[in-house]
Amino acid sequence: MYFLQNYDAAAALPEAVLAVLAMALLMYGVFKKGDANDHVTIGAIVSLALVAVLVIFAGEDKSSAFGGTFIVDAFARVMKAMALFGSAIAIVLSAHFMKRVKMARFEYPILVMLATVGMMMMISANDLISLYMGLELQSLSLYVVAALNRDSAKSSEAGLKYFVLGALSSGMLLYGASLVYGFTGTTTFPQIAAALTAGGSTLGLTFGLVFIIAGLAFKVSAVPFHMWTPDVYEGAPTPVTAFFAAAPKVAAMALFMRVMVSPFAAVVVEWQQILVFVSIASMVLGAFAAIGQNSIKRLLAYSSIGHMGFALVGLAAGSQQGIEGVIVYMMIYLISTIGVFACVLAMRRKGEYIEQISDLAGLARNHRGLAFVLSMLMFSLAGIPPLAGFFGKYFVFLAAVQANLFALAIIGVVASVVGAYYYLRIVKIIYFDEPAEKFDAMDGEVKWVAYAGGAFALLFAGFANYLTTLAEAAAQSLY
Amino acid sequence: MTIGLSHYLTVAAILFTIGIFGIFLNRKNVIVIMMSIELMLLAVNINLVAFSAALHDLVGQVFALLILTVAAGEAAIGLAILVTYFRNRGSIAVEDINLMKG
Repeated sequence: MYFLQNYDAAAALPEAVLAVLAMALLMYGVFKKGDANDHVTIGAIVSLALVAVLVIFAGEDKSSAFGGTFIVDAFARVMKAMALFGSAIAIVLSAHFMKRVKMARFEYPILVMLATVGMMMMISANDLISLYMGLELQSLSLYVVAALNRDSAKSSEAGLKYFVLGALSSGMLLYGASLVYGFTGTTTFPQIAAALTAGGSTLGLTFGLVFIIAGLAFKVSAVPFHMWTPDVYEGAPTPVTAFFAAAPKVAAMALFMRVMVSPFAAVVVEWQQILVFVSIASMVLGAFAAIGQNSIKRLLAYSSIGHMGFALVGLAAGSQQGIEGVIVYMMIYLISTIGVFACVLAMRRKGEYIEQISDLAGLARNHRGLAFVLSMLMFSLAGIPPLAGFFGKYFVFLAAVQANLFALAIIGVVASVVGAYYYLRIVKIIYFDEPAEKFDAMDGEVKWVAYAGGAFALLFAGFANYLTTLAEAAAQSLY
Repeated sequence: MTIGLSHYLTVAAILFTIGIFGIFLNRKNVIVIMMSIELMLLAVNINLVAFSAALHDLVGQVFALLILTVAAGEAAIGLAILVTYFRNRGSIAVEDINLMKG
């Protein structure tokens, strides 16, 4: 602690602890004789939980490190807790899968931990340089994780595609960052904000802003930078896909919010129109492109593109209320997505994992509990009223209407109605189609995660108050 | 004619555009894509160093150094993924990357 204070790094204590623990586990895995996978997996889950405790309880209300380039506030705390939760559950879900498909390697939990360090850096970034370093630490780990199944042509193709497009987007983000640096003379967010308030916007700066938004839109997989999502989701091993859909999306969205609201607050009219376009395009593509899919992973990829569109509605509103809506939306999205992927991981027949939507036929007759949970999650993702997903959409659309973005809100509602079609189609297949063969017995942890996700979707209204208060405090700390 | 900031920015913009076109128009080889990515990052570095010199501010050069470091790591990971891909498919032609339709 004293050591960190000496280097003005006290606020980055959780990140430092997680990085050191990841290194320690890596050393353990390398030098242990025999199979280290089980121990490293448990160690990674415990480390992530420990760091989550540190994030929530350690430190002052608002502090910064490294000369103000790294900031910890209520917003960072909430988003980091969510990212850590998503990563930890992703590792929990992976344990049995990796053993069954014979790719249980101790590197996976470690790469997830390192990616999580990157996510935490992104969430706390208060400078273009720390933003880039966090983003790259996360992305480089994710490229490797996508290609984790070295012997599968699909997995390595997914990794390759993700790498090429990810590197392209990092390049665009950097070009934007260099222009912003050049035209404001600084890289820290508060000083950029000050320069923009004083000097207004110039052409070069607008260019920089557009490039930065393009880079960030890629990371949250918003249209027109979504091309990688379906292929990577399909090609990567299922628990890895579950990880991709959850924690990195939360971190990237948090970064997106901070970059838009903190340095570029003065030019809100410029980025608002871009975000309105991006969010409409994502919602519409997510709703229509998912209809024709047969693979449940591809369907969930388009579903997540659509959900990012809905979340961006709140950001496009550009108000504190909008940010609050996005935070609530991301909480609901995170837990529902994890629940759905746990259900996908339960789809196993004679020891083989299957991922076609038609395999779910008549699930209700063979596996009542799983069928009910999956249907509740589908209703929630579709945004049917008493369930969690409805409240998320309600908050973001409310913010859009209050920011006078009526067209955006109306198109959003229409897109969510169209999207409901393919979610309800799955419910129909589960309950009304002729039953297919039974699945194998579910693994304990997969079952509990799926049931917990279903319970969250079902009972959200009961504790919505608590979560919205949390989101409100977080949104307030950004302004 | 003196070489000023705008000349450097123009060169960087041209290099960056060549990099992007290299990724999208290239129909041959994944290695060429990686070279294009490197070209984009170097264009950004020219931008940063030129701005840094023009603004009399060192932050831009620090940023450029960090980008160089990350670019090296990125190239290493990209080539590693490419090797696993080549082992599975026996080819690194761009037109063969089509197991999944996207």
